[in-house]
Amino acid sequence: MTEEKVDQTAAPKQTKGPMPGGRGVMGGPGMMGGAGEKAKNFKKTMANLFKYLKPFWFSIAIVFVFAIASTMFSIFSPKILGRVTNTIVDGYINRTVYDQVIAKMPAGVKIPAGTTGADILSKMPAAAISQIPADRLDKIKTLDLSTRPGIDFHSIASTAELLICLYLLAAFFSYLQGWIMTNVSQKITYNFRRDIAKKVGRMPLMYFDSRTHGEVLSRVTNDVDTVGMTLNQSLTQIVTSVTMIIGFLVMMLTISWQMTLVAITILPISMGIIGIIVSKSQKCFKGQQVSLGQLNGHVEEMYGGHNVMKVFNGEARSISKFKKINNSLYDSAWKSQFFSGLMWPIMNFLGNVGYVGVAVVGGFMAIRGRINIGDIQAFIQYMSQFNQPIMQTANVANVMQSTAAAAERVFEFLDEEDEIPEAENPVVLKQVKGDVEFENVVFGYNPDKKIIKNFNATVKSGQRVAIVGPTGAGKTTMVNLLMRFYDVNSGAIKIDGVDIRQMKRADLRLLFGMVLQDTWLFNGTIRDNIAYAKPDASEEEIIKAAKAAHVDHFVHSLPHGYDAELNEEADNVSEGEKQLLTIARAMLADPPMLILDEATSSVDTRTEILIQKAMDNLMKNRTSFVIAHRLSTIRDADLILVMKDGNIVEQGKHEELLKKNGFYADMYNSQFVAETAE
Amino acid sequence: MTKLFKFLKPYTLWLIVLIGLTYVQVMTSLKLPDYMAKIVNQGIVAENNSLIWKTGEEMLLISLLGGVCMIIVSFLASKIAAGFSMKLRENLFAKVESFSLVEFNKFSTASLITRTTNDITQIQSVLIMILRMVLMAPIMGVGAIIKARQMAPSMTWIIALAVGVLVVLIGTLFTVALPKFKVLQKTVDKINLVMREILTGLRVIRAFNREKVEEKKFDQANTDLTNLNLFVNKLMVIMQPMLMLVMNFAALLTIWVGAHLIDKNTLAIGDMMAFMQYSMQVIMAFLFLTIIFIMVPRASVSADRVAEVLGTNPSIKDPENPVKLPAVGVGLVEFKDVYFTYPGADIPVLEGINFTAKPGEVTAFIGSTGSGKSTLINLIPRFYDTTSGQILIDGTDVREMKQEALWHKIGYVPQKGVLFSGSVESNIKYGKPEANLAEVEKAAKVSQSTEFIDTLSEKLDSAISQGGTNVSGGQKQRLSIARALIRKPEIYIFDDSFSALDFKTDAALRHALERETKDKTILIVAQRISTVLNADNIIVLDEGKIVGSGRHHELMEKCPVYREIALSQLSQGELDRSENPIELKNISKTPLNLAGKEAA
Repeated sequence: MTEEKVDQTAAPKQTKGPMPGGRGVMGGPGMMGGAGEKAKNFKKTMANLFKYLKPFWFSIAIVFVFAIASTMFSIFSPKILGRVTNTIVDGYINRTVYDQVIAKMPAGVKIPAGTTGADILSKMPAAAISQIPADRLDKIKTLDLSTRPGIDFHSIASTAELLICLYLLAAFFSYLQGWIMTNVSQKITYNFRRDIAKKVGRMPLMYFDSRTHGEVLSRVTNDVDTVGMTLNQSLTQIVTSVTMIIGFLVMMLTISWQMTLVAITILPISMGIIGIIVSKSQKCFKGQQVSLGQLNGHVEEMYGGHNVMKVFNGEARSISKFKKINNSLYDSAWKSQFFSGLMWPIMNFLGNVGYVGVAVVGGFMAIRGRINIGDIQAFIQYMSQFNQPIMQTANVANVMQSTAAAAERVFEFLDEEDEIPEAENPVVLKQVKGDVEFENVVFGYNPDKKIIKNFNATVKSGQRVAIVGPTGAGKTTMVNLLMRFYDVNSGAIKIDGVDIRQMKRADLRLLFGMVLQDTWLFNGTIRDNIAYAKPDASEEEIIKAAKAAHVDHFVHSLPHGYDAELNEEADNVSEGEKQLLTIARAMLADPPMLILDEATSSVDTRTEILIQKAMDNLMKNRTSFVIAHRLSTIRDADLILVMKDGNIVEQGKHEELLKKNGFYADMYNSQFVAETAE
Repeated sequence: MTKLFKFLKPYTLWLIVLIGLTYVQVMTSLKLPDYMAKIVNQGIVAENNSLIWKTGEEMLLISLLGGVCMIIVSFLASKIAAGFSMKLRENLFAKVESFSLVEFNKFSTASLITRTTNDITQIQSVLIMILRMVLMAPIMGVGAIIKARQMAPSMTWIIALAVGVLVVLIGTLFTVALPKFKVLQKTVDKINLVMREILTGLRVIRAFNREKVEEKKFDQANTDLTNLNLFVNKLMVIMQPMLMLVMNFAALLTIWVGAHLIDKNTLAIGDMMAFMQYSMQVIMAFLFLTIIFIMVPRASVSADRVAEVLGTNPSIKDPENPVKLPAVGVGLVEFKDVYFTYPGADIPVLEGINFTAKPGEVTAFIGSTGSGKSTLINLIPRFYDTTSGQILIDGTDVREMKQEALWHKIGYVPQKGVLFSGSVESNIKYGKPEANLAEVEKAAKVSQSTEFIDTLSEKLDSAISQGGTNVSGGQKQRLSIARALIRKPEIYIFDDSFSALDFKTDAALRHALERETKDKTILIVAQRISTVLNADNIIVLDEGKIVGSGRHHELMEKCPVYREIALSQLSQGELDRSENPIELKNISKTPLNLAGKEAA
């Protein structure tokens, strides 16, 4: 009897989801909050997922056993509790019968011990007996009339003891099962994250250059979380739900197949209704998601460009557009909420229809004496709980869909191609001179679209190469090739005569110091950032590097000096100071060759001068490749590579290039057109 | 939070109906056990089939009534919650759109976005929860307690005990778990941070061969997160079995105590059964109430954040009696002893700024970052108001004009080419919605955009994605220049608008602009000396003060700050070789003349 009405009053079990955060912003109440994402290849994804589950098969098996056990207890306990009720009912009825019988006896009559109702009945006239209902008659027959009967507390107590044990065991198993499953799902989630992080280290840069960081990040966080959450909750839910459905069905069938049939005819009707509601509301949910996306987009855009919107008198336009989106959001929002809200009352009503149906059939059978009352009650109890696991299974099926979609994205990522493996017998250069040769280099980010076609150049040790060209001309391509972030399609880049593909990537990269304009510093102290390339550097070395990079003075102006923490976005130091720190970092690494990116307009004048001095210090006696913006750097370079649309269109020294009167001359002159016009 | 209630006011009648229907619905659900008991006790036990039919019919009618009530409640709740949040969202958005940059700085753009989107969504989902389910809880709880008391007054202590145990249980669980939830959020942020760092620094990490170190760092964050998750989840796993245990024990206790009462003939069996069902309803009602305690604080934080925005009034407003302006002005801009301090800052950004920008002239501002040049021009369209001093356009203080009228005079080109989603054409037309195709094409041509627009597959109709992410920085700048040009304003403001252009486009653009904007007042903020070389008046700013003004050659001779900037950009190499900076100018010109001859 315990849970008979729990279901009737409980709201849809929508609180199962994750408490903090969660994906769908507007999930709201109702069980159809899922955005209806689907995996492209459900089977394959599941097979992949099972590979991750495999090491934990034993734990998972135990979880399943415990879940089934705990469910079984909750299937059996109503029946046992029913026994207690029966005992009370029996005791109560016996006493009523006793009282009735005694009342009919003449006063003062003593009944000898051992007298049963049957003895008395045998002495009664048949006419009197025929007035007693049949089932009452059986009770009287077995009744010991010598003492006034009462409720058998002894038997109740022992059943109650059994029940307490069952309840405790069920709770214990249920907890243990949850505990183990938490362990398993967290470990698997951990493994997922670890594998993704490792994968990031093995993948070619091409992958990351062609998509946003947000995309990769959302795989590490959202997608992995979704999978973890499902493992933690839905997996055991499937097991318990299926066990419950089977268990209830078996219990119901053992009571009466006819009544089971009645109860089950309701099922297709409710399934049909659920189906209709789900598809209706899912359509609205999708519409809501679309409107919400548009709304968020508009808000971001308008807030982000607030001053532009204002000064172009766009306020009224912006608000009217917002209202339009907001209205369609309202429309889909209330509809989706309403449709998902329909589910509960309808299911509830159908449940009651089933109840009445079973009661009618049960009553009919009881009159024929084919069933007893306790069983009808037990049956009704099972029936009222029957809906819950079915709805849960339907819900889990939905969850599994979106989980598969999330898992698929994770697996897609993990299945991406790795970098080309290292050379088998890598060459290790000792005493690097720093001669760089480009031999017939052909390269394209997309193999079909070559941007560097047959490039040849020789750079002698200690020379300075300036890479120039308009914005977007692909100047970083050279950096990518030299550092082997990308490999050439054909031809070769050689350092001291050795093809860089014959070296280990790590060894090659050690040869270069890199100072790029989009400086990268990590969340940590200044000291750690400078010593990034050489974690075992001594204090003197660090300070020496900082001094050479003209950043020592600035560091001392910060609270805590070298121990000052750079915050998350590293925005507590300016762009220019960041660049100085990266110069110090390269300085400390002391590489034979350099790749530099000159500062542009985002840095203020004084810092720019410091950066220039620091870079000049750094470039002494090193072969350097400079992405140059400054005329002086360009003019003094030993070799200028002029880039346009990704290709190297001209190369040579400043004067040679000017004489050529080509793209370089054109570009160089245009900068001062204004001045000549004056 | 209470401040937002006024948005519920239009729904007062609906709310009353909703509460009424909820009451009816709860009453029907409290009634149902009676019918069930009747069917069993009087129908099945007494083998009375017609009574089963009759009671069954009644029961279904009652159940239908309850169901219909619930559907109407759900309908009303959905409408109210969605309508409420629509109105709230609309008001909030309109409010934010009326803000000046002062308020944007106060709240930060990101925070305003979250408040308009997530916070309101949060409020909406909590509101619908409350309307649809939680309102039911107190009615059901009270109703069930009354019913239970009627059945067996001497057993109500069992309900109190069960609820008490639950309070203690849930209370302890949450006092232990809640602080951990906060730490959990931080740990999630941390793992995101580490991953973001790895992704943004991929080249550097690989260049320094530090993949393993970063992996280890990520692993540490991963382990921390996993451990914390384990702790919290293991704690929460207790909840479900404990709840079941409390309910089961309550039922068992009811039977045990009930049996004794029955034995003493003070309780009927059917009443004991009913009591049990009612006590379960009380417990459920209580659980709903705890949901309120979990949900409401979260929503109330959101509500407070929304109310804070709604309660803020824009600091820059239209004057009560705006000066009537002539339809066409000349666009003379004057700054008179202007001081400006950002709200909350101690030191003024601008001090004693005086200058006049005349129509037909180019006035340029140059200075290092933080010198206040962008702030200065932001004062003209009243993104901020001066702290003291006056800005006059054609002799009228900008604060005495209607803002709309003021903005109509201005063609503003921001530092970062801000584009809106739509098409190339819609972006250009943003400056003048009623513009015709010829005007759009003209603006595109002058802004040097035609060349790249022609390479797009759909030309002017090509889509621009949100934030203009599908066009390059230089293209964005050119389109935002076109957007300003199409307005044909009296005053142009270019806030470092050429920085993303290559030198060649920059020069071509400035030539085209010169023809197009002949009689207009032009204000240019620049970082590059080459951009300002031929300005009619260059104003040099340093730490918020004007330290020099004049033409290029004048400034080269008399303004050290300007000279420093110029030299650092044009030819540092010469500076190293020569002691005399004046000479440098000639040296830097040498190759130009050479090139000029050759070109000719």
